[in-house]
Amino acid sequence: MPKTSLNRRTFLRATALAGGGFMLGLYPKAAALAQAGRGAAPALLPANFISIASNGLVTIASKNPETGQHALNMLPMLIAEELDVDWKDVKIVRAGVDNKYGSQFTGGSIATPSNWEPMRQVGGAARQMLIAAAAQTWGVAAMECSTASGRVVHRATNRSLGYGELASTAATMPVPDFRSLKLKDPKDYKIIGTTTRDVENKEIITGKPIFGIDVTLPGMLYAVYQKTPVFGGRAVNANLDAVKAMKGVRQAFIVDGKPLPSNFPNYLNDDPGLEAGVAIVADSWWAAQSARAKLEVKWDEGKWGTLNSEDIAKKAGELSRQTPARTLRKDGDVEAVYKRSDVKVVESPYTFPFIAHAPLEPQNCTAHFKDGKLEIWSTTQTPQIGRTILSRVFGIPEKDITIHMVRGGGGFGRRLYNDYMCEAAWISKTVGAPVKLLWTREDDMQHDYYRAGGFQYLKGAVDKDGKLIAWQDHFIGYGEGETFTHSGQIDGNEFPSRFVPNFLMQSTVMPLGLKTGALRAPRSNVYSWVFQSFIDELAHAAGKDPLQFRLELLGNAPPKGTQGVMDAERMIGVVKLAAEKSGWGRRTLPKGTALGTGFHYSHRGYFAEVAEVTVSADKKIKVNKVWVAGDIGSQIINPGASENLTQGAVIDGISEMLQEISLKNGRVVQSNFHDHPMLRMSQAPPVEVHFLKSDNTPTGLGEPALPPILPAIANAIFSATGERIRTLPITKHGFSFA
Amino acid sequence: MIRLKVNGKNHRFNGDPNMPLLWFLRDEIDLKGTKYGCGMGLCGACTVHVNGRPARACLTPVSAAANAAVTTIEGVSPDGSHPVQVAWEELDVPQCGYCQAGQIMSACALLSSKPKPTDADIDTAMNGNLCRCGTYLRVRAAVHKAAELTAANRTRPAKPAAKASSARTTRNGGNK
Ligand code: FES
Ligand code: FES
Repeated sequence: MPKTSLNRRTFLRATALAGGGFMLGLYPKAAALAQAGRGAAPALLPANFISIASNGLVTIASKNPETGQHALNMLPMLIAEELDVDWKDVKIVRAGVDNKYGSQFTGGSIATPSNWEPMRQVGGAARQMLIAAAAQTWGVAAMECSTASGRVVHRATNRSLGYGELASTAATMPVPDFRSLKLKDPKDYKIIGTTTRDVENKEIITGKPIFGIDVTLPGMLYAVYQKTPVFGGRAVNANLDAVKAMKGVRQAFIVDGKPLPSNFPNYLNDDPGLEAGVAIVADSWWAAQSARAKLEVKWDEGKWGTLNSEDIAKKAGELSRQTPARTLRKDGDVEAVYKRSDVKVVESPYTFPFIAHAPLEPQNCTAHFKDGKLEIWSTTQTPQIGRTILSRVFGIPEKDITIHMVRGGGGFGRRLYNDYMCEAAWISKTVGAPVKLLWTREDDMQHDYYRAGGFQYLKGAVDKDGKLIAWQDHFIGYGEGETFTHSGQIDGNEFPSRFVPNFLMQSTVMPLGLKTGALRAPRSNVYSWVFQSFIDELAHAAGKDPLQFRLELLGNAPPKGTQGVMDAERMIGVVKLAAEKSGWGRRTLPKGTALGTGFHYSHRGYFAEVAEVTVSADKKIKVNKVWVAGDIGSQIINPGASENLTQGAVIDGISEMLQEISLKNGRVVQSNFHDHPMLRMSQAPPVEVHFLKSDNTPTGLGEPALPPILPAIANAIFSATGERIRTLPITKHGFSFA
Repeated sequence: MIRLKVNGKNHRFNGDPNMPLLWFLRDEIDLKGTKYGCGMGLCGACTVHVNGRPARACLTPVSAAANAAVTTIEGVSPDGSHPVQVAWEELDVPQCGYCQAGQIMSACALLSSKPKPTDADIDTAMNGNLCRCGTYLRVRAAVHKAAELTAANRTRPAKPAAKASSARTTRNGGNK
């Protein structure tokens, strides 16, 4: 049996782990709810998830928000497997938002690790109740009964009953203690490990109205919301009468907004989600948006109206020459190493920008505030957190707030935050009608919780045998005192700490007037590029093959099980697999073509990737192919979806190498896909995906496949051209993707 | 008064002639399959056919579609049985799915002019359709698959494109 790496202790300890991986620290409420579903009492009642019709059709409620990660299928697959029914007899329905389902949360790649056990237990408990019902009906011992394909069988007497026939009796049976359940031997799995198609696939390809933007209510009005262009600003006055006189406009009003609780709050839990601005409500969205073109607002810009990206960069440069404010980890003595005559010292600054989530469906929400109660239709990734925030902002109890989960056109972390929800609710309350708020793409790009940018000043040394013996990082980010901006933190446990005898991680923070947040593989999505690029620099300094150098570094692992350190053996496994599949070191490539590699551990997943690129004289990069090797445990629950998601993560990561959000006079400069681009089809390389199945509990896939692709490509560019990418986006170096 | 035909049905419109066709489709005649992604012709989520040619509905004023025949994703087939949709379903192309109506409309337009497209043809025809989730590899495979299904149908015109499986999730779907 795979070892269960998610007992309660590990669960809590996981928050302290490195690699930017474990998101539970960010999501305390989700973790608490995930915990609620575990332990002795069967807190999750099978009846909440499963209903069986008399004809045997099994309906399973899928409890998590769906934004394209296929959780809608995955969670019911776990239940159906242990219930022992055929997938063709399963109908999936979306659950409502209710604590009886435990945590309903999409983020941090936690759907698999936090539900692997409880969802199987739900299915297994229901199966046991069906067996008990059959045993009672036949007057035989439950242990003499077995199940197959939705039937309970009593072999000794050659009798069987379908689940449909047993359902009503089974419902009266006691719910077994989850700990007593005997779950299936994985070799008997029929659903787990077999591709199932997205349950909403058909609706998508026939254009059914299943997304948040499609929600329509009787009597619904449409709203646009012009938010303060500068963080913390407010609208002083506006030509509201002129706007109200426009055709189709019902109301236009200033919203003062709600202040943030502190300078650098945890935006996920503590942002009231109501920035100041001007709302326009009309009979149609187009009428509201047309009126907005006539809107003139006098803004009080507050204290951030002069913030510029150039000034931030200049300030970081100055700070890099000063003593760092904090030391996050110190092992050995890096300075002593640099003084030695038998070492090679390398020093490099890395710079990375803010970037936007830009899911293809812009933020939107439909809300109806009526008689002191609130009903919401939303693509949120965090409906339970959203409900708590609404309760706080509107002063109404959570029980008076109903949230309907609607499919989201991409999330990537943007929909962890519930600002659109508060805005829509506020507007509905003000106008006294159901309202659909829809942001423009420009609103979406200029009012994000951005992936934090930052600066890392690295220094390291290899000895005469080419061994990495010193690593130093001065991280310059945003925050105040010991608080980093939300999702922009670093800690001392980052790889390669513990793999290098002399290690120093220090940090300094600067003020910031911009919201930041978790974007797919938060922090890892760019720290991986920094660390794995610098490892490459050191490998070249050592005169070693970069992949071999990595294997040697991983060979210096501290004792297995050292707290906060990844399992180096698992990483070695995927590095070797990626090398083997890509033909690393075994292929001769033409001039201008090269391979590069990177690995990263995040969200409990082990990933190594190799990219082959060809770079032309005019610095156009063609990514010829990418090989991915991943270890996310003993089972790939839905192989088809996993391949799709992994390929998407790689393409997403390549897109990130092109993106930048910059500030001018406190305002976000970029506005749409022309200046915050993403990869197009002709630029998308083939991506070969390989999973190494290891003897470990299955973990999530939404995020960990992304981080290694950035350094793999940057390192390949270096090998092809001799130019090291130390600043993102790559356009700063004059590169682009062909 | 603007008259236009959408998916074979006649409509009239008295409102703002500059309103993009996208909002006419979505909010005036409640065809929500056509999506808004950028409003600038950059993403292709709003792709429809105007007189058989692909057009970005976010940049097409409804007046420019006067007297035209417009086809949206809802008009491709009533039940998802068009070869492009069948290919999309079989290969389980979507992740979030938001871009896919636009992808399918571009693919249909491509296949009607080039029944056997090469990878390069596909890249050219589909490059205006962004997929934030990165499903490009499956989109490309599905276009090829749709071309095969269409060719096969031509030799067996009596049969439907392929048996569209039920909306319910089925096992062993998807590729690989
Ligand atoms: S919405 Fe029309 S191209 Fe993006
Ligand atoms: S499937 Fe999400 S944007 Fe294409």
